Amino acid sequence: MSLFRIFDIAGSGMSAQSLRLNTTASNLSNAQSVSSSVNETYRARHPIFSTNFSDILDEHASVGVKVDGIVESQAPLRKEYEPNHPKADADGYIYYPNVNPVEEMANMISASRSFQSNVEILNTSKQMLMRTLSLGE
Amino acid sequence: MRFDLDKVFGIHEQGVRIRERRAELLAGNLANADTPNYKARDIDFKQVLQQAEAGTNTTQMKITNAKHLQTDGFAGMSAELLYRNPFQPSVDGNTVDSQQEKAQFIQNAMQYQASLSFLSGKIKSLKSALKGE
Repeated sequence: MSLFRIFDIAGSGMSAQSLRLNTTASNLSNAQSVSSSVNETYRARHPIFSTNFSDILDEHASVGVKVDGIVESQAPLRKEYEPNHPKADADGYIYYPNVNPVEEMANMISASRSFQSNVEILNTSKQMLMRTLSLGE
Repeated sequence: MRFDLDKVFGIHEQGVRIRERRAELLAGNLANADTPNYKARDIDFKQVLQQAEAGTNTTQMKITNAKHLQTDGFAGMSAELLYRNPFQPSVDGNTVDSQQEKAQFIQNAMQYQASLSFLSGKIKSLKSALKGE
């Protein structure tokens, strides 16, 4: 019965969006994690979504979403001159992560809205199934 | 009057099946609302129902062995998938409009429940006819 497949599809959407929310939380909480070298500095992380064609039974089946991986942003780090900072390097510079808080907030709202719509789909499908099960009562 | 138990549910049997299929498709669209290059899909309910009624649109099980059973196929499962024309195309190639998809999904769910109500009524009237009370 294909109504049961909706649970899988909406579930895949919910887990993908919650992962996106997770990376946003990680980025925002590390926005001020300074370090003394470029390589040690935290970089903003973003998930890559793709359509999950592997769970397709035939060419007409509808598809869920999967997370291909998480990539680190290659945007340049913020370098500041703070010679009194305990983590300053030999030249007196510290490195801030390339997290853009405005972008992250927008991402957070988008992820939470998408998560909500998946939950709504799940609830509606559940109602449809319950009504089907109680047919003729 | 001749009574055929197979035809008691009439068009609603096909209707419920196609609505179910459509709900699945729309859920897939919404799950992929943030996937780059995903194209929203849908079926034309009216057309698929007409084909299902005419019996031209059925998925047959492949018979690769003489001992395999012959089936009637599942109407509406091989419905022709269409692509949605986006109102606001986005840069990442995604054509899912969440609001539109959600509205379609809810509408589809309501129509599904309407079909269920009709089916329920049929079952109830059959039951009362059987009981003869």
